[in-house]
Amino acid sequence: MTTDNVLMQVKDLVKHFPINQGIIIQRQVGAVRAVDGISFDVHKGETLGLVGESGCGKSTTGRTVLQLYRPTSGSVNFDGVDLVALKGDALRKMRRKMQMIFQDPYASLNPRMTISEIIGEPLIVHHVASGKDVEQRVENLLELVGLSPTFANRFPHEFSGGQRQRIGVARALALQPSFIVCDEPISALDVSIQAQVVNLLEELQTQFNLTYLFIAHDLSMVRHISDRVAVMYLGVIVELASRDEIYRSPLHPYTQALLSAVPIPDPFAEAQRKRVILQGDVPTPTNPPSGCRFRTRCPIAQAACAESRPEFRELKPGHFVACHFADQFV
Amino acid sequence: MADLLLDVQGLDTRFNTQQGVVHAVNSISFGLKEGETLGVVGESGCGKSVTVLSLMRLIPTPPGKIVAGTAKFFGQDLLKMTNEEIRFVRGSQISMVFQDPMTSLNPVLTIGQQLEEPLMLHVGMNRKQALQRSAELLELVGIPKAKDRLGDYPHQFSGGMRQRVMIAMALSCSPQILIADEPTTALDVTIQAQIIELVKRLRDELGMAIIWITHDLGVIAGLADRVLVMYGGYIIEEAPVKELYANPRHPYTLGLIGSLPRVDEKEHTRLASIDGLPPILYEIPKSCPFAPRCKYAVERCWKENPALEPVGVDQEHRIACWVDTKTGRERR
Repeated sequence: MTTDNVLMQVKDLVKHFPINQGIIIQRQVGAVRAVDGISFDVHKGETLGLVGESGCGKSTTGRTVLQLYRPTSGSVNFDGVDLVALKGDALRKMRRKMQMIFQDPYASLNPRMTISEIIGEPLIVHHVASGKDVEQRVENLLELVGLSPTFANRFPHEFSGGQRQRIGVARALALQPSFIVCDEPISALDVSIQAQVVNLLEELQTQFNLTYLFIAHDLSMVRHISDRVAVMYLGVIVELASRDEIYRSPLHPYTQALLSAVPIPDPFAEAQRKRVILQGDVPTPTNPPSGCRFRTRCPIAQAACAESRPEFRELKPGHFVACHFADQFV
Repeated sequence: MADLLLDVQGLDTRFNTQQGVVHAVNSISFGLKEGETLGVVGESGCGKSVTVLSLMRLIPTPPGKIVAGTAKFFGQDLLKMTNEEIRFVRGSQISMVFQDPMTSLNPVLTIGQQLEEPLMLHVGMNRKQALQRSAELLELVGIPKAKDRLGDYPHQFSGGMRQRVMIAMALSCSPQILIADEPTTALDVTIQAQIIELVKRLRDELGMAIIWITHDLGVIAGLADRVLVMYGGYIIEEAPVKELYANPRHPYTLGLIGSLPRVDEKEHTRLASIDGLPPILYEIPKSCPFAPRCKYAVERCWKENPALEPVGVDQEHRIACWVDTKTGRERR
């Protein structure tokens, strides 16, 4: 992979949320290590899927790369610019190129604003358009996401979940970004509506050559939409590979367990599957296990796993994995 | 049929709202055999939860009202029982596990207190026996160090553990029927797999019948014997699980299965989405409720609402549709 193909390069990204104690004199007594040293590239025009269970830090990753949270350390290189070093106006200029679609279409639209105000706001804030021009653009955007332009003066409560998510997509597209973080955009929707929104996202990607960071916990949907997939566990990426590679021959024991836990809508396939059932729950990110984070639930854990953190290494071309004993699965 | 454990006929449940009367469940009939796992699938608002809540008489009245139907359970009609009688059935003979384990456990009582309550109430145990049995139950659902955890409060358990506690509570009086209303929807996939494995094991050990409500066709595939697909308050397809996935016949079921990506997907295809939105029924529809979203719809679909009828010779597989989706022509 040549470097000019890389749109975003994330290196050793860390985001810790401090835990403070005390009412007047606040002391930091610990930290939630939500994201703890992750590195990945996002290529131009691709969809990078980011999967993991709740609390693994996938949403924090999405927000931190966009600088909605400022990282504790690490760098995010976007189009040749290090976003972490930017502030104020310079950062705001970069924000035009990166947008976000949120999970909850009910909470992410201001109930007191009309649809045209919601979609038009980024245009006005960034001085891209004004007056009649905004109206015209909002109408075009509504048509683009499959809504009637006559909806422009309605309020969010008049729409269903799927339609609201389309409004969220239109808002994200308003500034013609090149990179969009989709933070579980379909999790709150019904099955038949999910497919509508996913198809829309795919169409828009082809039309505008968009790059997506697609965050989800639904592995089937991630397989469907992604080109490459990164699997997160407790603040670290444990495996990253192309979609077919990761689903056909997962190398990390966590990925293997995760894939085998996904139900398949086919009773014949279900009956034949061998399941790896993980024991126990995800440990707390305030005090993660030493060494490999997954060792407390790992079926192949050994003494060495508690001592050193496994390196995130390239075991096959383009297939990265963080496990001491993954070689046996190659 | 004589061997039915639960026989529901013509159930109608309505809700009075400001916008009008919502016909949430419309003339639903189904049976549940002993030891059988029945899956109920549908999207939000299709009436699947209201159906089982009606059977348990847990519909808030008003605004809700069960206007018609019978539900025979051991010769008695659940819908005509007095409050006393139904209270005895609930928990001891038919019990329920809800979607959100945090809101269905009482946060100010310990797990032990909550587990003991049905045992003392329904089985007539004294406190000491109930305590002993509670510990056994927690062990049964796979909670480590069960005895020490009886004094813990719900917030000290994780989501998956809470759901295990809920299951322990539901099983405490050895019910004949366990109703599970989306019990794994709020959980992560690895935890979901744990819970499903647990329910399968308990089903085989205890031999109870299960009604499992979900919107996830994947979960049902590995768990159920027979499936009901609901849409707009009607059952639109009913079939044994293998038949349903191998040979779905109703356009809605076809669309639902087509709109699911599979984790074992072979090649990338566009998802077959169903256009439009599920209906809210403010009146009994004169047409098929799915007709506005259906790509097979013929003239008759707009004039009459089809009843649930067997497809061909197979009496077990029934659909409510005027069209044969195999040929695209009208069925006779």
